Amino acid sequence: MLATLGKRLVTVIPTLIGVVIVTFLLTRVLPGDPAVYFAGPAATPQSIADIRKSLGLDRPLPEQFARYVNDLAHGNLGNSLSTGRPVATEITSRLPASAELTLLGLILSLVIALPLGILAAVKQGSWIDHTCRVVATAGVSLPVFFTGLLLVYVFYFQLGWSPAPIGRLDAFATAPPQITGFYLFDSLLTGNFETFRAAFSQLILPALTLGIFSLAPITRMTRASMLAVLASDFVRTARASGLDNRTVILTYAFRNAMLPVVTTLGMVFSFLLGANVLVEKVFAWPGIGSYAVEALLQSDFAPVQGFVLTMAVLYVALNLLIDMLYGVIDPRVRLEG
Amino acid sequence: MDSRTDLMSLPAETSEGTASRPLLEVQDLTVEFATRRGIVRAVQNVNITVAKGETLGIVGESGSGKSVTSYAVMRILDRAGRIAQGSIAFSGLDLQTVPESEMRDMRGREMSMIFQNPRAALNPIRKVGRQIEDVLLQHAQVDSGAVSERAIETLEQVRIARPRERYHAYPFELSGGMCQRVVIALALACRPQLLIADEPTTGLDVTTQKAVMDLVVELTRERGMSAILITHDLGLAAAYCDRVMVMEKGHVVEDAASGTIFKNPSHAYTRKLMRATPRPGVSLRGLLPEQEQPRADQTKTVRRTSSSTASDALLVVEQLVKEYPRKDIPTSLGKIFSRKPPVETETFRAVDGISFSIAHGESVGLVGESGCGKSTTSMMVMRLIDKTSGLITFAGDDIGEIPARSFATLPSRKKIQMVFQDPTDSLNPRFTAARAIADPLLRLGGLGRGEVRSRCEELAMQVGLPLEFLDRFPHQLSGGQKARVGIARAIALKPDLVILDEPTAALDVSVQAVVLNLLQDLKDSLGMSYLFVSHDLNVVRLLCDRVIVMQTGKIVEQGPTERVMEAPEASYTRDLLAAIPHPPL
Repeated sequence: MLATLGKRLVTVIPTLIGVVIVTFLLTRVLPGDPAVYFAGPAATPQSIADIRKSLGLDRPLPEQFARYVNDLAHGNLGNSLSTGRPVATEITSRLPASAELTLLGLILSLVIALPLGILAAVKQGSWIDHTCRVVATAGVSLPVFFTGLLLVYVFYFQLGWSPAPIGRLDAFATAPPQITGFYLFDSLLTGNFETFRAAFSQLILPALTLGIFSLAPITRMTRASMLAVLASDFVRTARASGLDNRTVILTYAFRNAMLPVVTTLGMVFSFLLGANVLVEKVFAWPGIGSYAVEALLQSDFAPVQGFVLTMAVLYVALNLLIDMLYGVIDPRVRLEG
Repeated sequence: MDSRTDLMSLPAETSEGTASRPLLEVQDLTVEFATRRGIVRAVQNVNITVAKGETLGIVGESGSGKSVTSYAVMRILDRAGRIAQGSIAFSGLDLQTVPESEMRDMRGREMSMIFQNPRAALNPIRKVGRQIEDVLLQHAQVDSGAVSERAIETLEQVRIARPRERYHAYPFELSGGMCQRVVIALALACRPQLLIADEPTTGLDVTTQKAVMDLVVELTRERGMSAILITHDLGLAAAYCDRVMVMEKGHVVEDAASGTIFKNPSHAYTRKLMRATPRPGVSLRGLLPEQEQPRADQTKTVRRTSSSTASDALLVVEQLVKEYPRKDIPTSLGKIFSRKPPVETETFRAVDGISFSIAHGESVGLVGESGCGKSTTSMMVMRLIDKTSGLITFAGDDIGEIPARSFATLPSRKKIQMVFQDPTDSLNPRFTAARAIADPLLRLGGLGRGEVRSRCEELAMQVGLPLEFLDRFPHQLSGGQKARVGIARAIALKPDLVILDEPTAALDVSVQAVVLNLLQDLKDSLGMSYLFVSHDLNVVRLLCDRVIVMQTGKIVEQGPTERVMEAPEASYTRDLLAAIPHPPL
């Protein structure tokens, strides 16, 4: 297992080199000249040239690239032009915020989607199956900002059960010391249950919004994959040997049906992590998606580069994790790896 | 053979005391399926009795309802199927009144089942030992502490060598025969009273088939169990069963002791089945029903012309070798072999230096068990894969040197064509029959659109496919019709050599009889040569002038078919011939 992991890690290196080159070039071909943008509307050509020089944009591309790589090697992702803060710090504080939100959203989604998908497949054509279809379709048809606003309206404005949607913590709570960056974990690790409760109550609505959205792909994939497996010969054998329904469905069918579900999970997770800008906006969540979008609108290339690079590394790591998970689920994959 | 005949005399004694009440009694059973085209009756008014210790064979072609009957007995019909009428009594218990939870307890403990395609019948991602444990624990046969020992014991009973290591194997690490043994172990783990075996040896080699069947019969006899063997092979049923029941289109047409059924079959359908079963001492024409017999003088002359031209070689294969890089041995198998010093060869020789030739108009059979290299050989001759070394000379040209990739567009491609094993899988499901037949014509024929259609019709007539079927899609055709489409496609470009890769393995015997005759007629009228790849020696005997026997990549024997069949020189050939089930005559 470790040897396979090592081999896979080696194959990751060329991918990462490619990613570094592409992110560098990508920000250079994007429309908009940062120097012009930052010089302001009253700039003279001389001031623009000065800014360009201070940013190093007047150098030839290879030299810029070499400097970029050198900075990367020192863990320096550059500074944001609009805020002046280092990109690396911003990302290390914002990535956990997004990851915590997405993870909880996915967990909520899984808790509903897996049983629903399994039930829908086992009782194909029944009312559960139809409910499953309606719930999944509704969840994916509603835009996330709408679901988010609806939840805020009901649970904050009408019922008053949840706190105001103003980010990761309300004004009275203090952030836990950063260990993992996940407030839920960090507050528990430091035994600060008050902060845990505050963080959780802030987190639950946006997480639910994401969960409702990701319900559809996971439920549908679970159902389709379960249907295929339930029709297979070995399930018939299991039934013919008198195994009880629980064993047949969970131990025999579901474990075999998990491969496509895991693939979908990985895709949904990586998609949500970077693309839930709307949810972050609605809940004033200091996430990585909104950070990247703002930077992009201002032609602030260092944060954009940092964002793309971080996401790419995450995708690679996630794919690696999923591949390893395949091996755990299916011994035949282990052989090929 | 001797040990089995001894065992066959046993059940009479063991069942004597309880013979008054049969173990299984099915009366007037009718099973219906709800389909898109309305209700289909798969089984109609079927009566079955199985006495304690008796082995019953149910024989029929596809669609005869033989499997559905057994599913109804086990109550594992799928959603669309239901028992419309009739009663099923097991040990005097009416199974239709039994609640599902109780029925579930009976499955595996009182009655169990073995399926065809053993590899698919096992959970692919669970260790085989664990799968046996699941069944043992479900039926509370042992407590959880002793369960793995019992599972290993069960594996031992089905003659799996090194059961302790095999306990940890996954199905994909085991051979087909080994998987079937595991399935048998699963079925017999809780010592049920009734075993239903649904085509247990279809897709297995003859020698494996014999081993598996002998094991099933031995274990069931030893334990005084009753068994139902469902098969399409009349010979297999007659050789291993006390009584044989023949089913046709959902009806039982004949039910008699297996000796009787072979000596005087009373129903016309049974006679037709028996006629169509390839066996020693029967000619190809003899397989067809009496009314479809061609005049004797015609066939005689045709046979002679085919052998008289068999002088100069069309295909010559010399010292042909195909090597594959050896895959990493899976860890658990690695453990099994770790006692011996590991054999460090980096390549695996699928075909190991074979030489043979095929003359103009000659048909040569290539036989052997799975993994012997016969398919690899045919693929190399077909120029679909590249050889490692050796010579393939076709009509004087060294075609072995041409890479497989570029061979597809060469004129020689027209001269070597192939008929594939599975008539369904080898047709594009979105192509009509006409389009499938036209495919090689459009690619290599150089004909205009109009000419292509008329050539297709001509070919359809040659292979006996009614012209109105030309515009149908594969799923609208029967197995035999699909086989005809596959043959028409292969002969469309008037090839000199046709490679037939088990062309009738997926067909019912009566259809097989017709297709084999068609192949013979086409060969005679078009003057083609055949390389006939098969594991069925009885079929090879009918169609081939010469036969090549392969084992582990090498040719162990080759010669005229009759000589090899009657007086085999290699011990392996003798084993193969001995493994064919011999009906009691």
